Amino acid sequence: MTWETVIGLETHVELATRTKIFCSCTTEFGGAPNTHCCPVCTGMPGTLPVLNEKVLEFAVKAGLALDGEITHHCKFDRKNYFYPDLPKAYQVSQLYLPIVRNGKVPIRTQSGTEKIIRIHELHMEEDAGKLVHDPWLDQTRCDYNRCGVPLIEIVTEPDFRTAEEVIAYLEKLRSTLQYLGVSDCKMQEGSLRCDVNLSVRPAGSAQLGTRTEMKNLNSFKAIARAIAYESRRQVELIEEGKRVVQETRRWDDNKDATFAMRSKENAQDYRYFPEPDIPPLEITQEYLDHIRKELPEMAEHKLIRYQAEFGLPLYDAQMLTGQKALADFFEACAALGSDPKQVSNWIMGPLMGQLSAKGLEAKDMALSPATLARLISLVKAGQLNRNTAVKVFEAVFDQDGDVDTYISAHGLAQVNDPDALAAAVEKVFSANPQSIEDFRSGKEKAFGFLVGQVMRELRGKANPQAVNQAIRDKLNS
Amino acid sequence: MKITEEMVDYISVLSRLKPEPEEKAQLATELERIVSYMDVLNRLDTAGVEPLSHVFPIKNVMRPDLPCPSLPREGLLKNAPSEDPEAFLVPKAVE
Ligand SMILES: [Zn+2]
Repeated sequence: MTWETVIGLETHVELATRTKIFCSCTTEFGGAPNTHCCPVCTGMPGTLPVLNEKVLEFAVKAGLALDGEITHHCKFDRKNYFYPDLPKAYQVSQLYLPIVRNGKVPIRTQSGTEKIIRIHELHMEEDAGKLVHDPWLDQTRCDYNRCGVPLIEIVTEPDFRTAEEVIAYLEKLRSTLQYLGVSDCKMQEGSLRCDVNLSVRPAGSAQLGTRTEMKNLNSFKAIARAIAYESRRQVELIEEGKRVVQETRRWDDNKDATFAMRSKENAQDYRYFPEPDIPPLEITQEYLDHIRKELPEMAEHKLIRYQAEFGLPLYDAQMLTGQKALADFFEACAALGSDPKQVSNWIMGPLMGQLSAKGLEAKDMALSPATLARLISLVKAGQLNRNTAVKVFEAVFDQDGDVDTYISAHGLAQVNDPDALAAAVEKVFSANPQSIEDFRSGKEKAFGFLVGQVMRELRGKANPQAVNQAIRDKLNS
Repeated sequence: MKITEEMVDYISVLSRLKPEPEEKAQLATELERIVSYMDVLNRLDTAGVEPLSHVFPIKNVMRPDLPCPSLPREGLLKNAPSEDPEAFLVPKAVE
């Protein structure tokens, strides 16, 4: 029998606000334990939470960018559960009236599948604290620095059939949220986290199988492997005549397997009720219009514009718009007057090369657009040849060093002096009579050799076209 | 609405309470009396009345996204039932 895997995702994204969702504590990452806390976010009795206006703005922005419907009358609810990562014993979340419903995310996988992933809802909620369980004592240490950091949870319909579709969606989601500036979506810092709901069914069946939920997936690679593992596990169970139990399973990256988490009795009964401390929200049309105006240009639009306005090939446009930091960098260089195709070549070649060699993300690099623009203009003016320019680029990349200072300190300026060039050609010709003989008898290879020799004579700083020309002239004279 | 002992057991589990077996009958009776008050409300005709999500006629109460100093940790941890110099301590709770 052929089996089909059906997957739905719940993605938690930490919002890039300066303060927590219901108090004015900083959301800054790191910090000594319990130093970003106050009576509100540690759940002291008698405190009154007040919503951060930026959280609503970011959630609405995300909702609009995901093509969702904004709930005009919206409120918060309490999700009750007893676990010390939430000192209030409830999480303020949204069950009945989430801020966004019915969104759509178009995806395109690497193998070319195009489809629309439906967003069931997007809601606002607070993050929990961090627990460290003592390995020896009957003790757990609680750090509430992350407690109360704003999250949006984005819940899809069960629209995915393969891990590839899931990854394409997450990449799209990440890029969209980064473009909006509502989250930095760093998986390694936990600002983008994903729970995968998965079931299997005979191919062609319209009925959904029993699903399991997988947690603790902290990289795209882990997600892909967990999906492969869990589909196989469920198919094997069914083929052995057993049945899949609806449960939460934890992915263990080291063991490459999922494990049932201790099933908590009645765990799913959160006894939600309306949060009385937060008055309801009334979202007006004026507010929505205002937010809509503030939305930045999204990747799809840039993709079209880069081809039309800058004449870039589709491939270049895709690469540059794939990450907001690269798109911003590209546009800044173009605005400084650099030739767009040149900029694109530099970004896709030496720049991406440096990023991957240094294990850096584009948004974290020090290099400024002005530095690349300067290099490009020096090459264009014939003051630097391309190979030397790449070396200079690599040298200034880490610290955004000054290009001109580096060039003069290392004597790298291109030799454009015709006398120096003529002297070098003269010297190479008299030292290599055999090569000249070879070239005249039809061996084109000898020409390359002569060019190389002249370049070496000028320590690689000559303009390659000028060298070619000078050698041709000399051979023809 | 009838509150059975099974319901008392279920609510006890949810609230992490462990009532003595002999207390359960009394709890059931008391809970039933509390819940029966809702029957009074249920007698009202609420057709055409919008559900109320908040008792005060206020909405959109928000604050700007501006950081303020947090509480110094020493003071914060004075409120903990058990603590070390850096953290709140609780009995080991593994999910
Ligand atoms: Zn706080």
